[in-house]
Amino acid sequence: MTATITAPARENAAGHAKPSKRRQGKKRSLPLTILLWLCALYFLLPLFWLFIASTKDNSDLFSTFGLWFGNRFSLWDNVVSVFTARDGLYLRWALNTVLYAGVSAIGASLVATMAGYAFAKYTFPGSRVLFSLTLGAIMIPLTALALPTYLLFNAASLTNTPWAMILPSLVSPFGVFLMRVYAADAVPDSMIEAARVDGAGEFRIFWQVSFRLLGPGVVTVFLFALVATWNNYFLPLIMLNTSSLYPLTVGLAQQQAASAAGGGAQALFSTVITGSLISVVPLIIAFLFLQRYWETGLATGGVKE
Amino acid sequence: MATSSLPAAKPAGATRVRRASASKRRQTTAAYLFVLPFFVVFATMLVIPLGYAGYLSVFKSQLIGGLSFIGLDNYLRAFTDPEFLGGIGRMVIFLLVQVPIMLGIALGLALALDSGRAHGSKALRLLYFVPYAVPGVVATLMWGYLYGPDFGPISQLFRAVGLDAPNLLDSQSILGSTMNIVTWEFVGYNMIILYAALRSIPAELYEAAAIDGASQYRIAWSIKIPAIRPAIMLTVIFSIIGTFQLFNEPSLLDAIAPTAITNGFTPNYYAYNIAFVNQDVNYAAAVAFLLGALIAIISYVVQLGTQRSERKQRKAAR
Repeated sequence: MTATITAPARENAAGHAKPSKRRQGKKRSLPLTILLWLCALYFLLPLFWLFIASTKDNSDLFSTFGLWFGNRFSLWDNVVSVFTARDGLYLRWALNTVLYAGVSAIGASLVATMAGYAFAKYTFPGSRVLFSLTLGAIMIPLTALALPTYLLFNAASLTNTPWAMILPSLVSPFGVFLMRVYAADAVPDSMIEAARVDGAGEFRIFWQVSFRLLGPGVVTVFLFALVATWNNYFLPLIMLNTSSLYPLTVGLAQQQAASAAGGGAQALFSTVITGSLISVVPLIIAFLFLQRYWETGLATGGVKE
Repeated sequence: MATSSLPAAKPAGATRVRRASASKRRQTTAAYLFVLPFFVVFATMLVIPLGYAGYLSVFKSQLIGGLSFIGLDNYLRAFTDPEFLGGIGRMVIFLLVQVPIMLGIALGLALALDSGRAHGSKALRLLYFVPYAVPGVVATLMWGYLYGPDFGPISQLFRAVGLDAPNLLDSQSILGSTMNIVTWEFVGYNMIILYAALRSIPAELYEAAAIDGASQYRIAWSIKIPAIRPAIMLTVIFSIIGTFQLFNEPSLLDAIAPTAITNGFTPNYYAYNIAFVNQDVNYAAAVAFLLGALIAIISYVVQLGTQRSERKQRKAAR
C-alpha cells in the first residue's frame, strides 16, 4: 500500500464540515431522504427484532409474530435469568470480555503509539525497512494467523489462560500506520526541539509533551483494538476450553448451540437472546459517544493510504 | 513553554557539533526503544507462529513412528482436496458477488450522505455504522432466528400473505443468506471510510462543475469517485482479506443448518475442522499457510492492477 498523502484531511475528517463546503442553499430531496431512511431500516431490523425478542418469554417467542411484542412483557424476568443462570456464569463471561478487551486495547494502543511516533518523528537507520515490514503485516489476515498462534501456544502450554487471548491481540500493524500518519501532523517538530533545548530527555518529551497531542489518535487505536478483541470469536474459541474463562462471544455461541440442539432446556432460548442484547449495548454506547474519534481514525486510514 | 530559552540553543563552534552528535545518538537510541515493544510482539505473535506453522506443515504425524518429514505433500494434498477447493470456489463467488454489492451500497450511501440532500444525515451515518459494533456471533445469531423456517419473522410474513415461505437455511440458499449477514455487518464500516474520503475532496473541484450545470450523478461519476480511488482500493483490499477468512458465520450457522454447512464451507472453517475435529494439525497448518499466501497474492495482484490502470489513465490525460 503506497502512502499517497493527500493534504488537508484532518478537520473535515473529524466530522466538522469545512467552511468552504457549507452547503449554500442546497435543496433537500424528499425521495432521497425516504430512500436513505428505508436503508436505515434494514440495518436496524435485526436489532429491533433482538429487542422485541428479549421482552418475550419462551412460549411467546415461538407463538407470536417476531417483529412485535408478545402477550407478556418479560424483559425483566429474562434479564434476571441471564444473570442468575448457571450461578451467574454470564457475569463471569462479561467480566472476562472486559478484561481481555481492556488489557489488549490498552497494550496495543500504547505499543502502536510509541512505534508510530518514532516512525513519524525520528530518523534512524532501518526505519524504512521496519516500516515497510509493518505495512506488509497489515495484509496478513488475523484469523488465518490464529491457528498458527494456537499451535505455537499449545506447544508452549500457554493455551487456556487469559494470556492466550491477550498476547496475540497486542499486535496492531494498522494502529502503527495510523499513529505514524497522525503523529506526523499532530506533534510539531519545533515543540520537540524546544523541549530538547530545555534539557528534557526523549522519554519525558514523549510522555509529557507529545502524548497529550496524540490523544485523539490514541483513543482511535484504542477503540478499534477494543472492538477487535471484544468481538473476537475464533481466537478464544480455539485457545480456551474452560467455560469460566470464556468471553461473551464464545459463551453465547455455546449456549445457543446447546439450546438449538434442544438439550432439554427450552428456557435457554430467551436467555441467549437477552444475553446477546445486553452484550451489544456497551459497544454501541461507546461508539455513539466517541463518534468524533472513530470517524477521525477511519478517515486518516482511508484518506491517506 | 520553551521558547524563551531558544537563543541558548546556539552555542558556538565545536561544542555545538559535539553536542549535536551526542544528542543525535541519544535520539536514535530512543527511537529504537520506542519501536522495540512493537517489534517484540510482532516477532513473537506474528513471525514465529507463521514460521512454526510452516515448519509443522512439512511433517506428517503417524500413530506408528511419530512425526515424519513429507516435504510439500500436505500442500499437494490441499490442491487436490475437493473440500478445500470447494471452499475456495465458494469464496471466489463471494468475492465476485457479495463484495461488489456491499461496496456498491456503501459507495452509494456515502455519496448520498455527502451530497447533503437528505434530512438527518448525521443520524443516518450512525445508524448505518451500528452493525459494526455488533459482534459477528450476535449478528449471525440474530439473522439465524430471522431466517428460521418455522418461527422466523420472514417466514411468518410469507405465510401471512398466503405464500410458501422460502427455506433460507437449506443448502441452495445458505450462501446467499451468509452474504446477506456479511453485507449487513460491513456496509457501514466501508461507508464511513468512503464518506471520510469524500469529505476531504476540495469543494472547488466540483463547485465549478456544478455551476456549469453538471448533474449530481455526473459530478459523482466523473469527479468524486476518481478522487477517492485510494479509499475505494482500501475497502476492496480489506474486503478481500475479510472474505477469505470468513469463520464466525458458517461456524454458528452450522448449529441451526447442519446439513447446509459442510465442514469445508469456507477455507478457514475447514482449517479449523481439520485441526480440532480431525486432529490433523500438520495438514491444518498447511491449509492455513496456503490460505494466507492466497490472500496476499490476490491483494497484491489487485493493487498492482489498479496502479497500472491509474498510470495508464494519467498518461491518457496528459
